[in-house]
Amino acid sequence: MSGWAIAVHGGAGVDPNLPPHRQQEAKQLLTECLNLGISALRSNASALDVVELVVRKLETDPLFNSGRGSALTAKGTVEMEASIMDGTKRRCGAVSGVSTVKNPISLARLVMEKSPHSYLAYTGAEEFAREQGVETEDNEYFITPDNVGMLKLAKEANTILFDYRIPTEKCAGTESPVKMNGLPLSIYAPETVGCVVVDSQGRCAAATSTGGLMNKMSGRIGDSPLIGAGTYACEVCGVSCTGEGEAIIRGTLAREVAAVMEYKGYELQQAVDFVIKDRLDEGFAGLIAVSNKGEVAYGFNCNGMFRGCATENGFMEVGIWE
Amino acid sequence: MGWAIALHGGAGDIPYSLPLERRQPREEALRHCLQIGVKALKSNMAPLDVVELVVRELENIPHFNAGRGSVLTNKGTVEMEASIMDGNTMKCGAVSGLTTVVNAVSLARLVMDNTPHIYLAFDGAEDFARQQGVETLHTSHFITPENIERLNQAKEANRVQIDYTQPIQNDTTKGEPEIPFANGDSQLGTVGCVAVDGNGNLASATSTGGLVNKMVGRIGDTPLIGAGTYANELCAVSATGKGEAVIRGTVARDVAAMMEFKGLSLKEAADCVVHERTPKGTVGLVAVSAAGEVAMPYNTTGMFRACAAEDGYSEVAIWPDTKIE
Repeated sequence: MSGWAIAVHGGAGVDPNLPPHRQQEAKQLLTECLNLGISALRSNASALDVVELVVRKLETDPLFNSGRGSALTAKGTVEMEASIMDGTKRRCGAVSGVSTVKNPISLARLVMEKSPHSYLAYTGAEEFAREQGVETEDNEYFITPDNVGMLKLAKEANTILFDYRIPTEKCAGTESPVKMNGLPLSIYAPETVGCVVVDSQGRCAAATSTGGLMNKMSGRIGDSPLIGAGTYACEVCGVSCTGEGEAIIRGTLAREVAAVMEYKGYELQQAVDFVIKDRLDEGFAGLIAVSNKGEVAYGFNCNGMFRGCATENGFMEVGIWE
Repeated sequence: MGWAIALHGGAGDIPYSLPLERRQPREEALRHCLQIGVKALKSNMAPLDVVELVVRELENIPHFNAGRGSVLTNKGTVEMEASIMDGNTMKCGAVSGLTTVVNAVSLARLVMDNTPHIYLAFDGAEDFARQQGVETLHTSHFITPENIERLNQAKEANRVQIDYTQPIQNDTTKGEPEIPFANGDSQLGTVGCVAVDGNGNLASATSTGGLVNKMVGRIGDTPLIGAGTYANELCAVSATGKGEAVIRGTVARDVAAMMEFKGLSLKEAADCVVHERTPKGTVGLVAVSAAGEVAMPYNTTGMFRACAAEDGYSEVAIWPDTKIE
């Protein structure tokens, strides 16, 4: 089975009480992203171009936690991070601590292609952005009223809000934790975004972007910009993760999916299931993945993940819950 | 079974012609750090504490590219980074962009122990250092004349100097400029240590100043869990070499992954990752297994390294054939 495939996510861990109109908004954005990607794939765009294109759209839209609409640091500012990986030669680029760059994922790509390095952060990343002439905005542009409100609540509770909503009550029929890392929430918490693609030539790519944890310490780096943790792509697959950053890092989650495929000969879905089931311990996370055979898969061990996927043979699905 | 420890001072194109006065201090330093680590293991110190102790020692020695003696950014500043991982709990800590912290590896440990996070960088990391009351010194403390000289050379040649200075064969990595032969003393590497005790508890730690003439804000493999540092129940690994190659090869993680998923031994897995899965001239690593084995493969000209095991084996070396005891 060959042909292109694409998957996109807007974060793992969703409040079962998420109001229907918010669910609709999310699904609509995910659908638009898929259509954007599909259109590009049909005109033979490369996997690398498509993942960047789709993540740019997700960053620009304030709905999810990346670019505009990013979660806020304890200081009320935005510190964004992103990474991108091209499976063909396993080239990669990443940025952290960007505060004025409109599309961090594009800056990450420029690090990969226009600098001698793989990862630039903070002042150095911002300087590079200016050298490269990418689009920038004042930090205020990225801050939404929703997130200002969330930060206030987080400070009141003196806690960190993670990438996902944490349900405070069990939903009938669903197993949902009351707490995640000891933090109950009943309000919408912003999400990381990501996209993975295999193009019509069997090349895989992955991209992930985020504002990180609400109320995080300035300088805190999560899994999204870390190659092997939040993002990974090689000859056989492309993976993007979301959820508890710390669990994803120590589990080297994105690399893990590829490693069991390469070293144990697992198929894509098998690899995804294995990693979600066996590599997360008490951690909560989700991921999306594509294989060079044109397959798409996703998995998560928490309450819901905003996602969408499509393959060349006409399959298309957008979902939130199990 | 039994304890084992291995440490490195960097892999690179270390020329055989390295003058004695450049060689000896580093060999002495490796021997000294090895002794400290062995003594600690023998007194039942936990491997996590041992690797931190040894890497602190390596950071304090100006001959290696970590802590004092760190190489300089293109602006003549230091930006130090480190990571540490406990194989039992899989807890980890990492820091980047430090300018005043005397022991980056210890700050990484504090991130692991005292915050809900894994990785802190730049201003945020420096703020955290002050909150935690760790030892800090004016950034000039870390800058040595040798490194100012290295930076000047690199700027003259308008290149980024990696751990080595001679042209790399079979270099398939992108964008790296050709590095002409320099004065033979420009190779400096990351430092790292891995250890296992008699009960199979494993830990790893790595620390560095990064690349000579690097862009401000450049992060390498050293603070990246799975690239420069990794430890789990099977093994502990600390990698060195060309950061970009170590990252794309997820070197430290891959050694463990091959042991776990392909059933390879430590040596086989380490050799495979270094000799078959990364380009020649880019990578070296030290690793120990839960069973007390040691591996120190590298695909560069040399790697400053030392190891010892409970069965009495001990080694301090730079190149493949010349061992110094």
